Amino acid sequence: MDDEARRGLLLISPTALYAIALLAMPLSAVLAISFATQDFLTIDWTPTLANYAEAVSEPLYQQLLLRSVMIAGAVTLATVLLAFPVAYYVSFHVEQSRKSLWLFLITIPFWTSYLIRVFLWKVILGFNGVFNSSLLGLGIIEEPLSFLLYNANAVVITLAHAFAPFAILPIFVSLERIDRSLLEAARDLGETRLTTFFRVTLPLAIPGVTAAVLIVFIPTIGDYVTPRLVGGPDGLMIANMIQTQFLRLNNAPLGATLAVVSMVTVGLIAIGFVLLTRRWGRTE
Amino acid sequence: MTLRAYVIAYLVFLYAPIALLPLFAFNDSTVIAFPLDDFTTKWFAELWTVEALHAALWNSLVIAVVSTLLATLLGLAAARAAAKYRFPGKQGIMGMIMLPLILPEIIVAVSLLVVVIQVLGWPLSRWTIVAAHTLICIPFSIAILNGAFRNLDAALEEAAVDLGEGRWSAFRLVTVPLIAPGIVASLLVGFTISLDEFIIAFFLSGAEPTLPVYIWGLLRFPARLPVVMALGTLLVIASILLLTFAEIMRRRGVARAGLRDKGGFL
Repeated sequence: MDDEARRGLLLISPTALYAIALLAMPLSAVLAISFATQDFLTIDWTPTLANYAEAVSEPLYQQLLLRSVMIAGAVTLATVLLAFPVAYYVSFHVEQSRKSLWLFLITIPFWTSYLIRVFLWKVILGFNGVFNSSLLGLGIIEEPLSFLLYNANAVVITLAHAFAPFAILPIFVSLERIDRSLLEAARDLGETRLTTFFRVTLPLAIPGVTAAVLIVFIPTIGDYVTPRLVGGPDGLMIANMIQTQFLRLNNAPLGATLAVVSMVTVGLIAIGFVLLTRRWGRTE
Repeated sequence: MTLRAYVIAYLVFLYAPIALLPLFAFNDSTVIAFPLDDFTTKWFAELWTVEALHAALWNSLVIAVVSTLLATLLGLAAARAAAKYRFPGKQGIMGMIMLPLILPEIIVAVSLLVVVIQVLGWPLSRWTIVAAHTLICIPFSIAILNGAFRNLDAALEEAAVDLGEGRWSAFRLVTVPLIAPGIVASLLVGFTISLDEFIIAFFLSGAEPTLPVYIWGLLRFPARLPVVMALGTLLVIASILLLTFAEIMRRRGVARAGLRDKGGFL
């Protein structure tokens, strides 16, 4: 090992050791305890697949996991579709000197109290909420809309709001990297504005879109605050069950199993998605 | 033009919840809905009288300060190693350190809970939250400092070494002043993340709740909601001030390195 490599490893070792001690080892502990069983107040560490059998056979867990994947998918789709035009606008229609101000404006709401933001969506979407009372006041609707709160719609709206910058920033970065002369060339060669977008801009923005999809989809599965506050009984997700197993039912092994199962599910979906976009990118 | 209208509508969507906050905080009614009642500042006055709130705020401040200091130190070491040296396993090590950025927070919370309670058998305390918050703030710190290091001309530090400075003093005298704005931005962003973090803190807080955990408890009591609105208004103002300062520092850092601003923390 040369001098440079030794210096580099030495310098990164505190941070790496911290990540090993507080991330890699704890994650291994979760994996280990998922094969154990809760025996009243103590943990029986004899390895068994009983928790996994329960996780895949119990309809409630399957239903929660399936719903979590569906909701996270809907959140991802909504967030990325809504965010793309904003990223496009900032990249292509905002002056260079003002771009960072725009990005700053877009990220500010994201940094303000998460709990209170989620709660305010409850206020906005509620039966007597801001949205309904404005529509009633304007005479657009006769009765308050009841499909807004305490269901999966509310979870999707709230999370699309919470993850907005996570979608906008990666798409913006990939749009910024596009060589503008490519677009001019396409126009010179007879493409219209629209076909240039679909045949040049969009394919080149795919890496950013992929990053946005992953960075929204993966953490969404693990949210239990939004489903609890605005989801109602039909909007609860797998993370709520993991939380209940750990903090209420005092069954850490089963909670750990559910966490492992949901991470594996999310991981497989993410890998599948990446492979799909790669292949699509190649044939294009 | 339709694109511009859409973007404005999107910004309204982004800012709607924050914009409503002060309306209800100054509203003389316990019901959080329109139409508004008279103007009042009594909810803010009530904030001063709640002891449990002060304890939670103090707890959160201690946790946020310690976590962001630790995260920035560890992030600084990792960002410098990544920017300056080539070494075996670099991608894997950096990948592991940056993993909390996309890992669902509940997984981080659960894994630390298992280690602290089931494996070690320790009681939960504010230090378990500090350990977790440091972990999730490190990737943000690295992302910010990466930008600062990328903008840095490595020849400057080498010149100082060639002129007889030791490696450490060259780093301290040449590099640190140049990346100082990045360090300040990292400290501020880490502080903001830790102060606001709920999902992990809820799992790992023992007898002493953090501010978000305390707020979560209040959300169940309709009569206390206006106080939460008042508290939220103050928190929003505080985080906007902190982030504006962090952004100014980040821009100053970019300017100091003589580069064009590409924008953005992340």
